[in-house]
Amino acid sequence: MRGATQVRWAACAVAVALAATACGGGDGGDGGSGGADGIVSSSWGDPQNPLEPANTNEVQGGKVLDMVFRGLIRYDPKTGEAKNMIAESIDSKDSQNFTIKLKDGWTFSDGEKVTAKSFVDAWNYGAALKNNQKNAYFFQYIEGYDKVHPESGSASAETLSGLKVVDDLTFTAKLTQKFSLWPDTLGYSAFVPLPKAFYDDHDAWLSKPVGNGPYTIESYAKGSSMNLRKWDDYPGDDKAKNGGVDLKVFTDNNTAYTDLTAGNLDLVDDVPASQLRNVETDLGDRYINTPAGIIQTLAFPFYDKEWDTDDARKVRQGLSMAINRPQITDQIFQKTRTPASDWTSPVLGDDGGFKKGLCGKECTYDKAAAKKLIDEGGGIPGGQLKISYNADTGSHKEWVDAVCNSINNVMGNNKACVGGPVGTFADFRAQVSTQKLTGAWRAGWQMDYPLIQNFLQPLYYTNAPSNDGKWSNQEFDDLVDKANAESDKAKAVTTFQDAEKILVTEMPVIPLWYQNGSAGYSDRVDNVELNPFSVPVYEEITVK
Amino acid sequence: MGRYVIRRLLQMIPVFFGTTLLIFLMVNVMGDPIAGLCGDRQCDPATAAQLRSEFGLDKPVWQQYLTYMGNVFTGDFGTAFNGQKVTELMATAFPITIRLTVVAVVFEVVIGISLGVVTGLRRGRPIDTTVLILTLVVIAVPTFVTGLLLQLLLGVKWGIIKPSVSADPTFDELLVPGLVLASVSLAYVTRLTRTSIAENARADYVRTAVAKGLPRRRVVVRHLLRNSLIPVVTFIGTDVGALMGGAIVTERIFNIHGVGYQLYQGILRQNSQTVVGFVTILVLVFLAANLIVDLLYAVLDPRIRYA
Repeated sequence: MRGATQVRWAACAVAVALAATACGGGDGGDGGSGGADGIVSSSWGDPQNPLEPANTNEVQGGKVLDMVFRGLIRYDPKTGEAKNMIAESIDSKDSQNFTIKLKDGWTFSDGEKVTAKSFVDAWNYGAALKNNQKNAYFFQYIEGYDKVHPESGSASAETLSGLKVVDDLTFTAKLTQKFSLWPDTLGYSAFVPLPKAFYDDHDAWLSKPVGNGPYTIESYAKGSSMNLRKWDDYPGDDKAKNGGVDLKVFTDNNTAYTDLTAGNLDLVDDVPASQLRNVETDLGDRYINTPAGIIQTLAFPFYDKEWDTDDARKVRQGLSMAINRPQITDQIFQKTRTPASDWTSPVLGDDGGFKKGLCGKECTYDKAAAKKLIDEGGGIPGGQLKISYNADTGSHKEWVDAVCNSINNVMGNNKACVGGPVGTFADFRAQVSTQKLTGAWRAGWQMDYPLIQNFLQPLYYTNAPSNDGKWSNQEFDDLVDKANAESDKAKAVTTFQDAEKILVTEMPVIPLWYQNGSAGYSDRVDNVELNPFSVPVYEEITVK
Repeated sequence: MGRYVIRRLLQMIPVFFGTTLLIFLMVNVMGDPIAGLCGDRQCDPATAAQLRSEFGLDKPVWQQYLTYMGNVFTGDFGTAFNGQKVTELMATAFPITIRLTVVAVVFEVVIGISLGVVTGLRRGRPIDTTVLILTLVVIAVPTFVTGLLLQLLLGVKWGIIKPSVSADPTFDELLVPGLVLASVSLAYVTRLTRTSIAENARADYVRTAVAKGLPRRRVVVRHLLRNSLIPVVTFIGTDVGALMGGAIVTERIFNIHGVGYQLYQGILRQNSQTVVGFVTILVLVFLAANLIVDLLYAVLDPRIRYA
């Protein structure tokens, strides 16, 4: 029995060594004190792009910018309403020339004062073609954008001619068109000010960004973790209510969830789909599932003649009615999605342009009517609907199959609809953006700012940057232009909704469901909420 | 011996170029990586074109390969899409994976070989049958099941370990992940050693050693084990490379930011610089491990000589 004893001995040794490390592991978030100095540990994903405000277009990098920066405007974490932050006032008489006055007393955490120049320089940097900023198009409404960022060729100007510094705390912006809601877009992180350090030593800044928000970055190990600490001299009124946040990169959100249930992590802001069935028993009321500004849709190729006909319009409407949205959101998504009945998102609120049921019967499951419409339209172009999706992330296969099942049921044909997996997201995007797809594809939109304009114009306006299906409708374009020129916000919103009503009859994309943000937290922390962008409101979190 | 080593080293050169070229072509076949950088929206054409020329993606593949290889020889493995140098990524990822591999190999050697010797000497006894069944179970159960199960039991239910390791894990943190990573190979090592020992136990030289009156320990360790190790060493040697590159599953489960993680991210983001760089290094590791194995043969069995 010598072998057996050896094994037992080895197992004991392993257990002892492990126990020792577990006891000795008082690092980071766990060993910290509670109360106002308590450190919150939270899951994170590796940002895809370098951490520059105008170069960050995904949630993980945006999360950090939201903690480290404050801009002219901030969206209320609860209502999504745009409120002045650093801006004292943003005025315009004609919805085209804006005068922006800053509040006095704002500084960056390295002591530099936040001035009008901090904004103008940052925006010029973001817009300039040579800096490769992926969010450069956010500055497209400012006059001179076509000079610093031409569609092809090289730039003929260094700075945006529409931006002028008046004095230390005032600057003006001239737009190329009337856009009354433009000030409300300025809360997006691409518009934050940047300190001199950003330009002086760019690499050093990237390895440890310096901003003007409630947190400062204490240390940043690229690809694995970032420790943020409360900035005591932060001049804003949304000071951090905890001592700091430790972000830890997880390769798999299942592991993050396991860490949360084991008590090693305080906050997971993306509960994995596979855990949704257990989440209520694991976390109880420490599970958050609230709407976020994300809508998922099915898009169609209008560059393909077959889809751009009056008959195909009926087919699209029929397809929309053939999808049993409530069943799919319940059974596949465990109620973390809400069936969509318009093309915006509930986070906009009724005043902001969300209108439940705007799509009406065209977005309601009706087997008989669906079949009738599709048959009237001459059947699905090409005889079969192929829904393309990327198979690498996001588990799209499940719901695409479910949508196809639903359509096949209605059509009484097992092959009426099939899924078309594409290996990687990049390849999928490449096929979408180069008009390679001839069937439908999964599309989605995560809002940049809580405005109805953001849900319509970039997606359905003729030749808009995210109008991948190349849909074009003069009436729609005119209404959007009219809405943008409207100086009264309420009127602008209703005009946008008029434009949205055109989508019901034309059905350029089929709205599927609104996505919720989901999060879970440990019993060490309180006051955890997700903002309309489904990012936790870190500065509000309190540690017990 | 010296000439043999030099010949083997020279053979590595075409292998090295061949594999890197293959990987380069394979990553390129996947299409345009820039399209995925802007999320669910289209990159604006000017920025996309600029990025493409910055990463050299606008040139023909053969030219990209030549430039890339030229840079590699000056120690420049290019830049990942998030702005980090690939060498920087390697500097963080490889030490962690090497640590994990060392832990795994130690488990394989210590547990695998001792179990193999014990069972090999006690063929047909209960201990032998038990271990055989156990190894069969370990081989049959996929790594991610073992990993997730151990993580759930030790990490969540009993709280003995942390379910995920820290950013720069120490050896003791890597014990459980290392055991999981080693588990299947460990079972193979046990079985290989057992068979080899069982076969050689009847050999003439063992009988001679016993007849000379040598102590049993000396017979087993110096005579029997040493001669039985050749297949085992071959297996462990090739396994080193497999462990380093194949740790993706284990690294994901325990959130270890090693080579597997970087490769996974590189492939997801179609970042050819990262993928080719890491695979190049892995190829070198494989080649070196194989060379060492071949050299070890002569040490273990002096009858094998190299001209």
